[in-house]
Amino acid sequence: MDKCTGCSLCVKACPLNAIKMEDVSPVPEGKRPRKKAVIDLDACTLCSACVPSCRPGAIEISHEKVEVEGKSSFKGIWVFAEQREGKIQSVAYELLTEGKKLAADLNVELSAVLCGDSSIEDEVEHLFAYGADKVYLATHAELKHYHTAPYTRAIAEMIKKFKPEIVLIGATTLGRDLAARLAIRVGAGLTADCTSLAIDPQKKILLQTRPAFGGNIMATIQTPNHRPQMSTVRPKVFKKSKVQTPKPKDGNLIKFSPVITPEDLTVKLLQIIEDETVKVNLAEAEIVVSGGRGLGEAKNFKLIEELAAVLGGAVGASRATVDAGWISAHHQVGQTGKTVSPKLYIACGISGKIQHLAGMQSSETIVAINKDPEAPIFKVASYGIMADLFEVVPQLTKKIKELRA
Amino acid sequence: MDYLLTEEQKMIRQLARKVSEEKVKPVRAELDESGKFPWEIMKTFAEADLCGLYIPSEYGGFGGGTLEFCLAVEEISRVCGGVGVTFAASALGSVPILIFGTEEQKKKYLPDIASGKKLAAFGLTEANAGSDAAGLETTAKKEGDHYILNGTKQWITNGGEAEIYAVIAMTDKKKGARGATAFIVEKDTPGFTFGKKENKMGIRCSATRELVFQDCKVPAENVLGKEGMGFIVAMKTLDKTRPGIGAQAVGIAQGALDEALKYSRERIQFGAPISTIQAVQHMLANMATEIEASRALVYAVARCIDSGSTDFTKEAAMCKLFASDTAMKVTTDAVQIFGGYGYMKDYPVEKMMRDAKITQIYEGTNQIQRNQIALGLIKETASKK
Amino acid sequence: MNIIVCIKQVPETTEVRINPETNTLIREGVPSIINPFDENAIEEALRLREKHGGKVTVITMGPPQASEALRQSIAMGVDEVVLVSDRAFAGSDTWATSYTLSMTIKKLAPFDIIFCGKQAIDGDTAQVGPGIAEWLNIPQVTFASKVEVNLGKAKIERLLEEVNEVVECPLPAVITVVKQINEPRLPSLKGMMRAKKAEIKTMTAADIEADIVNLGLKGSPTSVVKIFTPPPKGGGELLSGEVPEMVDKLISKLRERKTI
Repeated sequence: MDKCTGCSLCVKACPLNAIKMEDVSPVPEGKRPRKKAVIDLDACTLCSACVPSCRPGAIEISHEKVEVEGKSSFKGIWVFAEQREGKIQSVAYELLTEGKKLAADLNVELSAVLCGDSSIEDEVEHLFAYGADKVYLATHAELKHYHTAPYTRAIAEMIKKFKPEIVLIGATTLGRDLAARLAIRVGAGLTADCTSLAIDPQKKILLQTRPAFGGNIMATIQTPNHRPQMSTVRPKVFKKSKVQTPKPKDGNLIKFSPVITPEDLTVKLLQIIEDETVKVNLAEAEIVVSGGRGLGEAKNFKLIEELAAVLGGAVGASRATVDAGWISAHHQVGQTGKTVSPKLYIACGISGKIQHLAGMQSSETIVAINKDPEAPIFKVASYGIMADLFEVVPQLTKKIKELRA
Repeated sequence: MDYLLTEEQKMIRQLARKVSEEKVKPVRAELDESGKFPWEIMKTFAEADLCGLYIPSEYGGFGGGTLEFCLAVEEISRVCGGVGVTFAASALGSVPILIFGTEEQKKKYLPDIASGKKLAAFGLTEANAGSDAAGLETTAKKEGDHYILNGTKQWITNGGEAEIYAVIAMTDKKKGARGATAFIVEKDTPGFTFGKKENKMGIRCSATRELVFQDCKVPAENVLGKEGMGFIVAMKTLDKTRPGIGAQAVGIAQGALDEALKYSRERIQFGAPISTIQAVQHMLANMATEIEASRALVYAVARCIDSGSTDFTKEAAMCKLFASDTAMKVTTDAVQIFGGYGYMKDYPVEKMMRDAKITQIYEGTNQIQRNQIALGLIKETASKK
Repeated sequence: MNIIVCIKQVPETTEVRINPETNTLIREGVPSIINPFDENAIEEALRLREKHGGKVTVITMGPPQASEALRQSIAMGVDEVVLVSDRAFAGSDTWATSYTLSMTIKKLAPFDIIFCGKQAIDGDTAQVGPGIAEWLNIPQVTFASKVEVNLGKAKIERLLEEVNEVVECPLPAVITVVKQINEPRLPSLKGMMRAKKAEIKTMTAADIEADIVNLGLKGSPTSVVKIFTPPPKGGGELLSGEVPEMVDKLISKLRERKTI
């Protein structure tokens, strides 16, 4: 409290109005009356927004040390190899590549965890190809198609038995559904949708950085004491690359037979409804071409589809177009839709509202095509074309087609 | 400015604003372009319990008064004058029943209006009887326990969409001003049809149609008040609902000012926002002052009516006159501030200017309002002698 | 049916702006709202009540001002609300939050469905719903875009990345919903008046018999190391010229960057 200079910047920083300025009394001899910041601890949620705003460093949130038993017996980094319909998803390979770097920093093994029915064993070689030192394989008829309970059961048992210190899972709908349940089951700390990972050189723990407030701020999170440290990681943020000398399957494949109980099988799959308009998975695509209200009507999505097709990319859409019924919700990019992180995001006729930006602003290269000079999308675009999309998009499609021919 | 509203009045204003911003604003341009009647939006107002604000609770209403009603109309009109008048005109059709209806009539018709299930409308104006309301030509001839109505009403707001109509017709031409009677006529009564929907300059989503009566049989129990009271019903209704139109005008004007103010801070000319130019600042200041004065006058009249006063004809005319003239002036200035952009349909102010004009014309032209005010002044002075 | 909805009061993140000088979040004057996905959850609960009868209870864990969010839900038409609030909860991560909510829900048992929004727009984790399910040892179905209930079972359509999955889940269960599931109703005037007069039931850590080892900052496995604003994404280039020129320029620049 002595460090408080009464600047009141913390009052503005608090989202809950929990800080007020109060007079300091008595006023010392010969000095002017001063105010100090007082935090109402009943209203405070310890969100720590005030801490960085205090320049003299008068605000501290102390973390009491909680020791968890057997912490040091947890070793190694695990990557959950998500598979759908028997095919391992790209995000698993991306995490293996990043995991390899983290494993090197910690000087520990990198393992992949794969669940499925017996036929999934054919996929194991791909995991070694992308750098796994070991593969833990859990096979059971009920693991063929993902359901929360059997997968949680199988992986939790493996974690309890083999004790990894870090578990990375792709932040897909499957991964986020699984990780949230699994973390509670095994007593882990879980951080969601990470966009950057690092190892703290002193503490040798995982530092997980991820967006919050719709992407307006970044937070770096740690799990100092609980094990394992779990993260779901945003797909397409890390690049995947194969290793020069993959480990051989023999001796490095550990098979595991999980015990799945009837209680784990209460949720039944009735049907899968395909979306014919989805040709390329939006969340996995390297290139996304997105259409917004500027298209004017549903049939004009054809322009977007053609450009996406020549680029081999996916079709995205703003919320306005989905709400208007011009295209299905599977294409929606934004705060209430999907978050994508492709190499190239081309926004056509999209104004760039904050809710949309939250879903795509981490794309590597953003191209904005919009005839409105005031459109906020231009602020985040790497390249902006301030023209009519009905002129630009067909020409772009044509020229790229010629190039590729 | 703080008008010392009660908690409930603040809630009404807040709710009306929320519904208007979220449900009306996104579609107002389309409604204006197409002229489509805003049924979905009226349904939303009904679900929010906003349709029966001025109807007593024993008939399913909120039990509020003119001020509550005006607050809602103002907020809705701020976003769209067309939706605002659709909402307000239902009051015009139900106030006659409120003031002059028998208990049976009130029980029969008011609950559906309060719940928003049905809309109401008021049929007075005819092709040859606008300002000269005494020149009505629609007749109502008594035959046994029915009246046979013949004639045509013109430019009736909510015509064709409403199900409950308060209609004024001549039962005895010889008696002149004492020869008119007010009736409740339901839609789908045989002999009651509608003309085409008028293609208007503004408030385009509001339905304006002729009411056509051809040997339309209306039961005698549908008479409002007594035979011969028609003009009294009309005048008393219009007095009470004038603040509502005043509120509509205040709302339209406020919406225009909001847009103009926002635009003036964004538009950069000569290296700075145009809001830094004194000429523009003075326009904005005049607009804001006139709107506030209109609002204060409308609220004062509304409060006067709600206090139970019976003597407010002159003041009601004043608030309608002043607010509507203000709306026309403010919306015109708003277009001016927007410059070339203001003239384009891509921007919301040209619609507001088109919407504002009618407020100077309907519910008694502003010339008639001035007549009322002058007559009121003279009467007051004369009685003092 | 006895339905419980978990909501969170959050700052309106779309209104949040960055101070261009300090590059920090301007949180002043940012209104607090019910997390939008939680509004969808409340709406779905109300629809099921309209169809099957029963009661909808909305709960929230937060500081005292979170009661405002509960009042907004009363204005939408829910039957009861509970604020679970205690200094001991401050600093909770999703482990502690889901634990606290699950202990509160236990006090409100029996229940058929627990609805949660997919995620909160400030934390963006989507972890609390499944966490509650695990603590209560009941099934979870996430990303629900359609829910039907029949004879103690729910038929739920899930909005996944490329396809929709239809599953059948026995009740009680936790269901997290996406925005596409419904259009939340606006408050009604009668509802707002009820909300204003309502007395907000509050429960503390002691009331829910929570084990302090799972509460608040100390009970949270994860903690924040730092918060920072991402560097502003600027330095973009506005292409100029006629449309054919700009198209050519764009293609060559993208090829330079090896993007295409």
